[in-house]
Amino acid sequence: MDWTWFHKLASPPHFYRIAGRLAPGLGWPALVLILAGLYGGLVFAPADFQQGDGFRILYVHAPSAWLSMFIYAMMAIAAGIGLIWRMKLAHAVAIAAAPIGAWFTFLALATGSLWGKPMWGTWWVWDARLTSELILLFLYLGFLALHASIDDTQRADRAAAVLALVGIVNLPIIHYSVYWWNTLHQGSTITKLGRPSITLDMLWPLLVMLVGFTLFFGAVLTRRVQAEVLRRERNAAWLRAELAR
Amino acid sequence: MSAGGFLAMGGYAAYVWPAFGLTLAVMLWNVHAARRAHERAREDALRRLPDREPGA
Repeated sequence: MDWTWFHKLASPPHFYRIAGRLAPGLGWPALVLILAGLYGGLVFAPADFQQGDGFRILYVHAPSAWLSMFIYAMMAIAAGIGLIWRMKLAHAVAIAAAPIGAWFTFLALATGSLWGKPMWGTWWVWDARLTSELILLFLYLGFLALHASIDDTQRADRAAAVLALVGIVNLPIIHYSVYWWNTLHQGSTITKLGRPSITLDMLWPLLVMLVGFTLFFGAVLTRRVQAEVLRRERNAAWLRAELAR
Repeated sequence: MSAGGFLAMGGYAAYVWPAFGLTLAVMLWNVHAARRAHERAREDALRRLPDREPGA
């Protein structure tokens, strides 16, 4: 197999140029999908027979929770690639993804809290799902803090990458926590293989939101990776040519 | 459904709207922060440039 495309993509200048075109290409579809999902979730979908209109928090809570884990997995894989193959761009991707992941983990916790209060009667409970999600937030913050605390970028990249890889163990714990332990948190809505426990009118806005949020992450990530590439690039000739545009 | 009924969210307005509002605010902030980071990185890179001549 010809791998030149991969090596080209891994070159920061080449990636920078692709990312410049990619960000709007991801951002606009994300906006359309999120608006459609908002309409579907807030207006179109019927109220839940047990939770009434309160269940609609699902449409921002589940996509945030999905991104909190998806971004961590992506960040850790990127950090691992950077660690093993010493690929500079991979480290840039990992450090660019971390703040976005931390924000969506915060959103998953906050919207979950707003959902928990009317349904469970409490804002917070030290239960397996909630606690492991809170640990995820600390992993993101630890990753960012560790990276910021080391002046030499390459050493910071490697140290933070090790932390990210160790933290991966938390992902299956979050996912399976609702099955492994007694928990207040309800089980998954759509990951039961092939048989979602939700009517189609409620399901499509959720799927649209999940895709919209993921594209949104892609758009924000490409902008942040661009910033990171500029910050790290020491090739004056390329920077001069690029910034002159 | 009337506008008032929609806003009342079946009695869950105090939980549903803050959840959606907070999500919107965080997402807008992320767009802004990413753009600002890119802008600053460009400015910093421009400041770095004059010290070096191409090929030096």
